[in-house]
Amino acid sequence: MPVKGWIEVDDMHCKGCALCVSACPQDVIALNMDRLTPKGYHPAHLIDEGCTGCAVCAIICPDAAITVFREVPVHSKKAPESA
Amino acid sequence: MTAPAKPEVKVVFQRPESFTDLTTHYCPGCTHGVAHRLIAEVIDEMGLREKTIGVAPVGCSVFAYKYFNMDFVEAPHGRAPAMATGIKRVLPQNTVFTYQGDGDLASIGMAEIMHAAARGENITVIFINNAIYGMTGGQMAPTTLPGMTTTSSPFGRDVELTGFPIRMSEMLATMDGTGYIVRRSLHDVKNIRKAKKALFMAFETQERGLGFSMVELLSSCPTNWKIDPSKSLEFIAERMVPVFPLDDFKVNPELTKKRA
Amino acid sequence: MAKELLKGNEAFAEAAIRAGCEGFYGYPITPSTEFLEYMAKRMPQLGRAFVQAESEVAAVNMVYGAACTGKRTMTASSSPGISLMMEGISYIAGTEVPAVIVNVIRGGPGLGNIAPSQGDYYQMVKGGGHGDYFPIVLAPASVQETVDCIILAFDLADKYRSIVHVIVDGNLGQMMEPAELPPMRELPKEPPEWAVTGAKGREPNFLSSIYIDPADEEVTNIRLVKRWMEIEKNEVRYNELMMEDAEFAVIGFGTAGRVASSAVRAAREEGIKVGLFRPISLAPFPKKEVEEISKRVQRILVVEMNSGMMLDDIVPLVEGRVPVEFYGRMGGMTPFPDEILDEIRRVSENKAPVNGNARAEWIARLEKIVEEGK
Repeated sequence: MPVKGWIEVDDMHCKGCALCVSACPQDVIALNMDRLTPKGYHPAHLIDEGCTGCAVCAIICPDAAITVFREVPVHSKKAPESA
Repeated sequence: MTAPAKPEVKVVFQRPESFTDLTTHYCPGCTHGVAHRLIAEVIDEMGLREKTIGVAPVGCSVFAYKYFNMDFVEAPHGRAPAMATGIKRVLPQNTVFTYQGDGDLASIGMAEIMHAAARGENITVIFINNAIYGMTGGQMAPTTLPGMTTTSSPFGRDVELTGFPIRMSEMLATMDGTGYIVRRSLHDVKNIRKAKKALFMAFETQERGLGFSMVELLSSCPTNWKIDPSKSLEFIAERMVPVFPLDDFKVNPELTKKRA
Repeated sequence: MAKELLKGNEAFAEAAIRAGCEGFYGYPITPSTEFLEYMAKRMPQLGRAFVQAESEVAAVNMVYGAACTGKRTMTASSSPGISLMMEGISYIAGTEVPAVIVNVIRGGPGLGNIAPSQGDYYQMVKGGGHGDYFPIVLAPASVQETVDCIILAFDLADKYRSIVHVIVDGNLGQMMEPAELPPMRELPKEPPEWAVTGAKGREPNFLSSIYIDPADEEVTNIRLVKRWMEIEKNEVRYNELMMEDAEFAVIGFGTAGRVASSAVRAAREEGIKVGLFRPISLAPFPKKEVEEISKRVQRILVVEMNSGMMLDDIVPLVEGRVPVEFYGRMGGMTPFPDEILDEIRRVSENKAPVNGNARAEWIARLEKIVEEGK
């Protein structure tokens, strides 16, 4: 199963430059043409399944607008100690 | 009792602590923002925030001080290395860095940068080279490429009349006072990662007292180049890198050794 | 500590060190160079910062940087070097950080020469750098007074977060004179709260002269003006010689004032009731005192080593109550006591002014003096 990830784009910081759109290796980011940020930009958002949480979008983002999350696969986890 | 097999969520990437919450004034797609973030990340990761003093320049990054959550001063145009010298000499235990553009560093501040390097000032310089004056609206810079159109070279930079772009890293590396001089680029993720590593090395140079350190970063200016942000990154790779090769020009051998 | 024979520039530098100067940044220029040379030796001995900068532009910006850390810092230069420093001086004023700048004034304009002059009066007293700011300017007239003024300059700079200029000339810089140096002051243990020192355990500090919103800049300007009014109220300094019963007043500062004091004493021996008023703080200027003098003397003679720059500040204060006359030498020429004595004699005759234009009458006389001297 592929690693599941997702991003949150901060409306305050995103300027709709679309560098994340062209950098995303999974092609799952686009500008949201139905929304404007308070500053008047179309913000980036996820448009499809397939984000792996690779953070490429966040690294290229000039505005540190993207927070990247990733699910840690259960099998890689050590068994937690009993409480 | 065994915990339920619920997947744990890990934050892979978030704003660095050394960054304030302010939105930058930079144009959409301008890689100044990337450079800022890398510096903030490196300062966080090295645990330097509480002893760092930044020196902002005149140019697009004149407001750099607003975005870093640390002590900052704002220098006159080109004089950041002199101001940094003044600070570092009375506070040698602090980490002092300047952030300068190509007009600031390679034109009006040429004397200050050369002599700070020659003296081996134990400071770190982050040099943003985007081949143009951004803040004043896109005039020719000392690093503007031959043939490149700017508002003050409207027919393209004519090297017969205006000379050639200056390669600062190459020149500064000839100074014995320097410990670490490299050029990196911000045009893709691979290069951004390399740039971050270089920034780490530059601050490490300062922490180890190995002299002047500078990271030159090839950076984009979509607004004044008049091309969109993605194409601007291509412009760096295709047009700027051949003129400003990405390389290590000076690396003090001490840096490759482990810290004692 | 006993008086000893001290050389001007070196005594001034030692005074700065004893006042707690922790960073000196300079560039060699005659006639201020001994200051830098002395610092080059002494500062490293004490573990303090000394940098010979690549230019005066760099030097003043190093001072600016060090000033932002809250440490006592200074530079010393001479007229053309001070012109180059004006950029940084304006930024320092706009950032409201303390700094002391010594100007050993030489003959000008332009490259001029290295002889003593007071030709930088306007540049120093009226600001010199761009924008709305007021520097404090102290103009001592002896080695001892300069030593005292340099200590005072650091205290005033800190107190008002202001630029303080100490202006002297090559006469004082090169002079050997008995003087007493103050004891070494202890360095402060804690930086002032506004200083940049690394944001440890507090919010970050940011020091700049940028106020991109004009409304914010105006608030800053208001603060600077109010601070200046406070300085005008508290920091006027001057020296008087035989002014109590004077019918005629000579007004001169620095070396011109010092030479005038000999002439005043000689005139007294001739029975002329003349006194000397010597401003020490040119900014703030002793306005009230000059006004008072103009109410009790018959005539005022202003003596300077420039074309009558302080004269321009004195004339409006006198408001036409008594005639104001002027005598000055320029271009690096220092007046002899005899020249000033002649002027005192002439003034004491109390003849009606020819046309009431002190500068025009003086330049005609001076041309003749220069012509005869050839």
